[in-house]
Amino acid sequence: MSSASVEEYLEAIYNFNEKGKLAKNQDLSEKLKVSPPSVTQMIQRLAEDGFVAYEPYKGTQLTGKGMALAQKVVRKHRLLEVFLYETLGLSRDRVHEQACKMEHSITDETTSALCKALDKPERCIDDDPIPECNLNVQDCEECEVARTKHTEQPLITQLNNLKPNEEGRVAFIRGGRQSSRRIQEMGLTPGTLLKMVNAAPFNGPVEVEVRGTSLALGRNLAGQVYVEVEDETQSWKRPHPHGPHHNIQSQMK
Amino acid sequence: MSENKLNIALAGNANVGKSVIFNQLTGLHQHVGNWPGKTVERAEGTLNYEGREIDVIDLPGIYSLTTYSIEEVVSREYIAVEQPDVIINVVDASALERNLAFTVQLLELMPRMVVALNQIDIAEAKGIIIYPEELSEALGVPVVPTVAIKGAGLTELIKAAINAANGPQCKPIPYGTEVENRINRITENLNIETPYPKRWVAVKLLENDETIEEIVYSTTPDLKELVDEEKQQIEAIHGHEISSIITSERFSIASRIAEDVTRYVVPEVSFKDRLEEASSHPVIGYIVMALSILTVFYSIFSFGDWLASLLDTFFIALKTSYYDMFGVTSVTKFIWEAGVDGFIGGVVVALPYIGPFYLVLGLLEDSGYLARVAYLMDSAMHAIGLHGKGFIPVMLGFGCNVPAVLGARIMETERERLICAFVASLVPCAARSIVIMGLVAAYVGFRWAILLYLIDFLLIFALGRIAYKVAPDEPVGLIMEMPGFRLPSAKTSAQRTWFRLKYFIYEAFPIMMIGNFVIQVAAILGLLGIVEDFMSPITVWWLGLPTAAGVVLIFGVLRKELTLILLGSLMGTTNFATILTPVQMFVFAFVVMVYVPCLSTIAALVKEFGTRKAFIISIVEIGVAVILGGIIMRILILLGLP
Repeated sequence: MSSASVEEYLEAIYNFNEKGKLAKNQDLSEKLKVSPPSVTQMIQRLAEDGFVAYEPYKGTQLTGKGMALAQKVVRKHRLLEVFLYETLGLSRDRVHEQACKMEHSITDETTSALCKALDKPERCIDDDPIPECNLNVQDCEECEVARTKHTEQPLITQLNNLKPNEEGRVAFIRGGRQSSRRIQEMGLTPGTLLKMVNAAPFNGPVEVEVRGTSLALGRNLAGQVYVEVEDETQSWKRPHPHGPHHNIQSQMK
Repeated sequence: MSENKLNIALAGNANVGKSVIFNQLTGLHQHVGNWPGKTVERAEGTLNYEGREIDVIDLPGIYSLTTYSIEEVVSREYIAVEQPDVIINVVDASALERNLAFTVQLLELMPRMVVALNQIDIAEAKGIIIYPEELSEALGVPVVPTVAIKGAGLTELIKAAINAANGPQCKPIPYGTEVENRINRITENLNIETPYPKRWVAVKLLENDETIEEIVYSTTPDLKELVDEEKQQIEAIHGHEISSIITSERFSIASRIAEDVTRYVVPEVSFKDRLEEASSHPVIGYIVMALSILTVFYSIFSFGDWLASLLDTFFIALKTSYYDMFGVTSVTKFIWEAGVDGFIGGVVVALPYIGPFYLVLGLLEDSGYLARVAYLMDSAMHAIGLHGKGFIPVMLGFGCNVPAVLGARIMETERERLICAFVASLVPCAARSIVIMGLVAAYVGFRWAILLYLIDFLLIFALGRIAYKVAPDEPVGLIMEMPGFRLPSAKTSAQRTWFRLKYFIYEAFPIMMIGNFVIQVAAILGLLGIVEDFMSPITVWWLGLPTAAGVVLIFGVLRKELTLILLGSLMGTTNFATILTPVQMFVFAFVVMVYVPCLSTIAALVKEFGTRKAFIISIVEIGVAVILGGIIMRILILLGLP
């Protein structure tokens, strides 16, 4: 299983989930042009590695970890589309295919630089939102420094993307001054371990376990909390970052 | 501190059993009021112990000492400026780490302090065993284990507090060296006298606390350069924002201490755990909630109705015997209508609902269920510019707006409270439903009554959104602890209800009585006729109502359900079909529904938000009612309704 194909699957599932739908195997097989049995096999594999949650007969949903990786890839894809179409002037019907190939080889550092060069676009050429960058920065100036620290950034996603029982570690808080202080005062400071307990339906609050107590956060507030979800006990490792695999512990301490 | 008098303040997070300790200590010797100029409840009480008179003050339940909520401002000013002799920091043993983060902040203010390690029974049931001696050593203050709800450990607590009053001030626990060294550097250069300890001021300067910055930089502006420099250095080392680093420092102290003094055993999964799980379950949770809310409302309002009609009968009988005794003259009539009626209005309308409301709300809160309701209703409440905690006050509005406005206190910030009270005052209460049902449903048709409710909900939706946009400050969503379920104490709840009720009577009744007096005097002086003429362009031309409607609407401010009776008596019949067209009925009911909350609600708004804001809310609602009323009238006529 290559990392590119994992990324392709997660990207496809993201596209369904983004519209509020579960990804059905049938749909995935059509979209990715692969046979249904191999989709089933792959989904099983992804579920074992904690990237997706699969519900029989209903479909597949990204977990927080899957979401973090998918956001990265989708972000690359959509930024590349903007670049190819708007800066290089490629024809519209060609950029998607090109971006699909390039997205797997471009590094995170290059992506950040691309984002800045394009003046932080918020939407791709089809008007879908480009997932936000996951660096702990306020503006592009800070990004220039931050992005050079690691060529491959850790897997980070918003707290509200975690699925029940998924664990993570607070990376940073983004957004309004008052609300981010409040979030931290309730115990969600950077480096804090947390576990998703439950999410209320209708886009309601999430309940997380943190510091031995249970906290409820409205979805908007949960969206301000960026959580690192990668954990080193997982069997699957991306083969390509050149250099040692990124370790959360060493970075947090 | 004098020989025999002692001031103790109770401080701690919400849901730690602080109020229970307060009630156990002070019993019936307490007084509930507001902090001067703030809508924050101030509960004070006294107790006598071995010949000493001890004043106890129950500070609001908070999580930090920043200036995020009014509760926090009030608490920190009280501790730092008023300087109680001793602070009892109530700590929930079952959530030690989070609670200690607040303890760490209290220590920074360097009071004399005792820690009450409360709810050790709940902690043990969760498999958490805490060693009080070790905790005491780590914090440098005495620690007394308590189970407040059973009264256990409270005598020891008071003894420890009395001892601590003569003991040394407590000391802050140092942060990591990189940060602590820089705090020291600022402290050394801090040359002004404030009521606060120097280290605390230094920390607050680092944290960008605006209040402290203003105090310090207004006299020593040069210091800013040094502070900014230290800030940048710290941020460079840790790679996070400074306020985030300081908060993290406190939590790491809390976490280290909690770890050191706690041993864990494996607990059993209890019935309570299952109950907690079910209560926030996506399906069962909503069913349970619907059932409990319905039960609660049904019981509050059926009890309220029963009591109100009982009181009403009583006062009518009283009125009859009053007239029998003194005769019906203009003087006796005036005394009754201008003097006594205002009081009766308050007793009959407000009290029968507010009493049970306070009781039930207190029970729901103490049991930990209220947090679940807020959790489940959060997304729905966002549609009207509020968050989950606003659900209860808004629902209460359907019965009576007064408890709804008072209930807005459960929101944290002034901004959220104001929006919540505003929205709640638009909810059609039982009195307005009487007009809608008695006029529109009875004479125009039930469908039209439903239409009125729909219009009102749309209005709540629209005005809520607008209020969300125009209200000052940054909106903050729902963030709260989900406390475990526990059995509330009946005694505490009953006492609390009684003291709150007493306070409401003191505050709101004078406003109601004066309002009533003014209107009655105006009626006698014949001013109402003038007002009626003055209002007629609005009532007659714009709204298309009969002239008499002007006076009716003015009196409706007193008690909205009386508007129908009054309209009938002024027009000489209660068969409204003969005097009003369907359009007039619909418009009249609409205006009554929206135009201004009744006097009791206005009194509650004044009490909670001050005269200015209460006035603005009233004016906005009158404006909306009149403008939309005229538009609705014209639309209905265009649609061909007679």
